[in-house]
Amino acid sequence: MLIEQILIQTVNGIVTGMILALVASGLTLIFGIMDVVNFAHGEMFMLGAYVGVITYAATGDFWVAFVIATLTIAALGAALYWTTLRPLLGRDSLTTILATFGISLVLQNYALWQFGPVARRIPEPVSGHFTFFYLDYPWYRLIIALMSAAIIGGLWLFLKFGTFGIWIRATMQDRVMAQAMGIPVPMVLTAVFAIGSGMAAASGVLFGPLVGVNHAMGLDWVLKGFIVVVVGGMGSLGGSVAASILISLLEAYASLFVSPAQAVIVSFVVLILTLLFRPTGLFVRTPR
Amino acid sequence: MNARHAVIYWTGFSVILVLLIVAPLVLPEFWRRFLTEILIWGLLAMSSDLLIGYTGMVSFGHSAFFGLGMYGAAAALLTVSPPSLGLAMLYGLGSAAAVAAFVAYFSTRLRDIYFAITTLIFSQIFYVIIFTWTDVTGGENGLNFTRPKLGLPGLGSLPFTSITLHWFVLALVTASYLMLRRVTQSPFGMVLQSIRENEARTRAIGYSVERYKIVAVMLSGLFAGLAGVLYALQNRFAAPDFVFFVVSGEVVIYNVVGGLGTLVGPIVGAGFFLLLREASSRFLTQYYLIPVGIIFIAMVIFLPQGLLGFLRRWLNR
Amino acid sequence: MNAEPEPMRPPLMQIGDIHTYYGKSHVLYGVSLEVGRGEVVGLLGRNGVGKSTTLKAIMGLVRPSQGTVLFEGQSVTHMQSDKLARLGIAYVPEDRRIFRLLTVTENLRTGLDRHGVTDSRKKELLEKIQHYFPVLAERRNQAGGTLSGGEQQMLAIARAMMLEPKIILLDEPTEGLMPRMVSQVRQIVDVLHGEGVAILLVEQNVPLTLEVSQRIYLMEKGTIKHHALASELRVTDAVIHQYLGV
Repeated sequence: MLIEQILIQTVNGIVTGMILALVASGLTLIFGIMDVVNFAHGEMFMLGAYVGVITYAATGDFWVAFVIATLTIAALGAALYWTTLRPLLGRDSLTTILATFGISLVLQNYALWQFGPVARRIPEPVSGHFTFFYLDYPWYRLIIALMSAAIIGGLWLFLKFGTFGIWIRATMQDRVMAQAMGIPVPMVLTAVFAIGSGMAAASGVLFGPLVGVNHAMGLDWVLKGFIVVVVGGMGSLGGSVAASILISLLEAYASLFVSPAQAVIVSFVVLILTLLFRPTGLFVRTPR
Repeated sequence: MNARHAVIYWTGFSVILVLLIVAPLVLPEFWRRFLTEILIWGLLAMSSDLLIGYTGMVSFGHSAFFGLGMYGAAAALLTVSPPSLGLAMLYGLGSAAAVAAFVAYFSTRLRDIYFAITTLIFSQIFYVIIFTWTDVTGGENGLNFTRPKLGLPGLGSLPFTSITLHWFVLALVTASYLMLRRVTQSPFGMVLQSIRENEARTRAIGYSVERYKIVAVMLSGLFAGLAGVLYALQNRFAAPDFVFFVVSGEVVIYNVVGGLGTLVGPIVGAGFFLLLREASSRFLTQYYLIPVGIIFIAMVIFLPQGLLGFLRRWLNR
Repeated sequence: MNAEPEPMRPPLMQIGDIHTYYGKSHVLYGVSLEVGRGEVVGLLGRNGVGKSTTLKAIMGLVRPSQGTVLFEGQSVTHMQSDKLARLGIAYVPEDRRIFRLLTVTENLRTGLDRHGVTDSRKKELLEKIQHYFPVLAERRNQAGGTLSGGEQQMLAIARAMMLEPKIILLDEPTEGLMPRMVSQVRQIVDVLHGEGVAILLVEQNVPLTLEVSQRIYLMEKGTIKHHALASELRVTDAVIHQYLGV
């Protein structure tokens, strides 16, 4: 029995970890390039799920809803950055944290106003189980993990090759010099915010069928996202993936013994240990 | 500060104090309690200003100190009979101090964003513990208890009325303000501000920055805990909602809206925000946070020094 | 080398009466200078007089509180640095500031990947770098941070060259370099001059500057104190001693 439970939890941990990785990648990218702790990231996740709900209701196609939600929220992210965060670029970090916190409050309540307190559902695009050892495991969860991996992989390739990827990486390392080399830094920052928001929205839609979609669903994710970003190393894509999976696995195992609400303490403990012993991040090879 | 400045300052101070003393006598019950709550949240925001405005340490953890003060007081009032005011304050401040010590340790090892996120996580740790440890903390539903009597040594004790409670809160908040003012204007306070301006240089001059930070966190935590105790006394319940990190965020909002580094600014900020929320909720039903949030964002962008920011230098002389 | 100014054309770059502040401290007290098309102009002075700040003010990295910067007759005083780079002004800062985590090739690409550059032209430019900086060619896939100080300086200059600029602002390129590398820098300056690229060279190395420049400005306490043709100055001159204590 225990072996089965551990196996199931391992797979669950990886699946949740991949969704968290998708959320955290956007967050770490945004943090790495503009030093902004984006509180509103959780709301991008939540609004993505809601746009998914509406689009699904209109079209009946999950994947169309997925794409539309991602693009819409990416555009929203770009708009928010351009209007609210860009004017704050030179100011101290407290101001931007507060601004994103304010945006988060507004968006959450906006969602509550528009959609009401009752949770909505998105049905799974692929139902059914497959046999995993002698257990039934839902196909859809596997698909979530694969999609996340694909998206993150795509992002990695985009950053590594491609001119825009170089622009993003250069801006992350030295914004002033990147601009002095002719790189249109304001546009790069907007694009990164859009990409990050879009990825959060994608996670929201993917996660939708697993739980109900409601206005408060973003809070937990943004909190875990921050933990992952710190544990994985700020600005490190690989680090945030590794940290996401590590933390999700640990929490999955923990929830065999305590309630899920208490299992979150695991991630807090990991954060504290990281900050005490390897503050630049657990998976960062050469501490800068 | 020079004589003329002192006269203006203390006159203003006295006028406001008198208004606050007289207010509960003329206000209807709802507004009386509202005013008391403004003072309590103001105290919490003021404690946070010591860290953020004067020492430059952004903390999202004040909900932890506040909540622990609240639950500490609750513990005293529920376990010891007859309920004692002094004990409630002792337990509350003690709990807050314990948390503050914990946070203080981390404050010396972490900087800026990392410290802010860690304090946020601390709030959440306590939130989760309180929320799930239902047997001890009442979980989601919180704890209800009775208000103790005001026991004055040698004079016997009398139960609080809404008016006397207001005066009690006012007295403590005023005393806290004067104490914090003394602290910020003392050499100690000057070092804190120097840390805010340029930590490396302060250390290079020879100050043990770590020690100053620890004391700043402890002081801040104690006054926040006091606010928690007062809240418990006022409302007679404690709930995990107050430990949730969003509350810390709101406190920081009061600080910024009122004006960082002014001590009174945060109280004004709390009042402004709470009144705005009250007004919006009357006219816009439940979704008042949308316009309130937008106003806040606009203030952060266009008026970052806060409402009393322009008085900052004057108030600190 | 034509030392006569062309009468009808304005100088490539003209800065007039630039003042800057650092907090309350007044750093530049009205700096004015000009650089002609294809000219190498040296800016000399002791440490801390504001030479680097002058370059930064031109490049939009420091905001002038007063004064103008004209480039090809057009006012570019408060323009963003990316626009300046696209107009043809390249900047090589004092501490090199190459992108440490990008490879040598990627560093070059930050200047190379521009609007309007054909693939064949890109190839040409990369080959040019290989020719003038063989060491960089060898290390093309290495991260910038793994290069030695001298190699990083070469990379910083090569990167600027990728912008095909009309003028390069060079801030103390020989600082901390071994003599062998110093002569390599000198060679590159000559190559650039030969191609018609103007250079505004800030330096502490007086002999080198006198050799490569056509004109010299001497700075002290945030303003230009003396201006002469390089050919009229010698290292032993009293003027040099006065402003540089050399």
